[in-house]
Amino acid sequence: MADTVAVKPRHAEAAPVRGGPRRTLRSRREARAAYLFLAPWFLGLLFITIGPIFASLYLSFTDYSLLQEAKWVGFDNYVTMFTGDPRFLASLKVTTVYVVVSVPLQLAFALGLALVLDRGLRGLTFYRSIFYLPSLLGGSVAIAILWRKVFGADGLVNAVLSIFGIQGPAWVGDPDTALGTLILLHVWTFGAPMIIFLAGLRQIPAGYYEAASVDGAGPLRRFRSITLPLLTPIIFFNLVLEVIKSFQSFTQAFIVSNGKGGPADSTLFYTLYLYLKGFKSYDMGYAAAMAWVLLLLIAGLTGVNFLASKYWVFYGDTK
Amino acid sequence: MATQSRPLPVLFRPFKGGRVAKHILLIGFGLVMLYPLLWMISSSLKPEELIFREPGLWPSQITFKNYSEGWTALKHPFGYYLWNSAVVTALSVVANLAACSLAAYAFARLNFPLKSFWFAIMLGTIMLPQHVVIVPQYIMFSKLGLINTIWPLVMPKVLATDAFFVFLMVQFIRTLPRELDEAAEIDGAGYWRIFMRVVMPLCLPALATTAIFTFIWTWNDFLSQLLYLNNPDNFTVPVALRTFLDASSDSSWGPMFAMSIIALGPIFGFFLAGQKYLIRGVATTGLK
Repeated sequence: MADTVAVKPRHAEAAPVRGGPRRTLRSRREARAAYLFLAPWFLGLLFITIGPIFASLYLSFTDYSLLQEAKWVGFDNYVTMFTGDPRFLASLKVTTVYVVVSVPLQLAFALGLALVLDRGLRGLTFYRSIFYLPSLLGGSVAIAILWRKVFGADGLVNAVLSIFGIQGPAWVGDPDTALGTLILLHVWTFGAPMIIFLAGLRQIPAGYYEAASVDGAGPLRRFRSITLPLLTPIIFFNLVLEVIKSFQSFTQAFIVSNGKGGPADSTLFYTLYLYLKGFKSYDMGYAAAMAWVLLLLIAGLTGVNFLASKYWVFYGDTK
Repeated sequence: MATQSRPLPVLFRPFKGGRVAKHILLIGFGLVMLYPLLWMISSSLKPEELIFREPGLWPSQITFKNYSEGWTALKHPFGYYLWNSAVVTALSVVANLAACSLAAYAFARLNFPLKSFWFAIMLGTIMLPQHVVIVPQYIMFSKLGLINTIWPLVMPKVLATDAFFVFLMVQFIRTLPRELDEAAEIDGAGYWRIFMRVVMPLCLPALATTAIFTFIWTWNDFLSQLLYLNNPDNFTVPVALRTFLDASSDSSWGPMFAMSIIALGPIFGFFLAGQKYLIRGVATTGLK
């Protein structure tokens, strides 16, 4: 902060002693300005984010339906969730499978394509755009509708399969395959992490590769000993981000199952069940409890991710 | 930091013809990825009965009937929902630009008590799942009688709750030379004038990234619009598209595809126009 004092000739002349009366006047004025600039954000914190977090904590201990007063029920909602609600457990399982399968697959595609696209390939920007486009569209209702039809019983995939004489399953209509189609949709949006990987690859000094080549390291060796270790912080960043994001997927499952999570609850995402509980059966206390379990789950997973990162993420000399 | 790291064809050193093979593979892969999209476009131009009989891309018969049918299939013509979406989206973009840049300027340039504490809170809210707060938010907006109005959708943006963008702009403002602020201060400019006349004009790239992402996210957003808009007169595009699923059995896929294409159109347009900012935004902050 020394430079802020040094480059203010006016104040420097008037009050050469640090912390003189003018300075405190100035810093008070500055603080007042700062809080004015931040006023909307503070209100947002109070009414839209932090406030509702605590409100939902309170609600999670009640039985509440918008129409009646909230009734305190202690830990009932939480107990019911884990002992008396098979659909909740189903939604937890569906979401876990979705996250555990789709995130690594998506990141593998993202990294693979980033490696192919790196290193001054002609038409890089063109390919990058093509692969990135699905990331922008993937969350929309229109694409979910498309997916429902591509993987419908008489949809595109089965039409293509029938050319080869294969009778495909009903995909979105079949409990064994419905979740798979949503996983595929998530993998389809690998473009965003790919771009982050590309930016990371660009940070690796070319000299490392030159030196390794001189020492006779082949492409695979260079990948394993240079690219991969130096890229681990980026992989970690993408992993944390995608886990958090995919845990909250909603639109795709809602549209593909037409808001029901079927068939046989096979696409009942956690957030979809939360929505059904809170806004279809107006069991808002229960939904709030689910929201808190979600928050703890995501926070816990992120924490585990950070702890585990000590063993595989390599922060060279940059930080 | 890397000063010059390219060009260097190391990882995949081209064997003879390797480049060509790589391009063929990439184009092939790109085609597979985009195939569903292209198929949807082509299907929207096919007569209904041909859609699922022809998995190919080139329609043997071209018709715009799906578009005219889809446009009028719901309670209002589809343009009505497009307009609703445009209003929500435009207001969200303006609100986000204003509110997030105000907060970002304070965090990046001004000193105030508890600054690092509030900054940490702000970073924390980036990761906050929306679902954790929707129940109390819904209760609040419904007690205020604001269900089926635009407020629940726009208010969070007015109050700078998209912390992603605050962070993006803080990072950007920090790269601007402070000397400019100080020069303006010597000329007698207050904080507001420095913000408006010095910092904002230099922030255009960050503002563009914010605007484009806010546009795309709001246009695509489904959950809050589903929650807060339940009168068909207020429907936006995503909620209207969704009612196609309810209203129709499997018979009207053609019109549904046609309207889906129209719904994706603006995103595609912004994607083409703002690619530079999109890619930069993703690369620096990890936005979607």
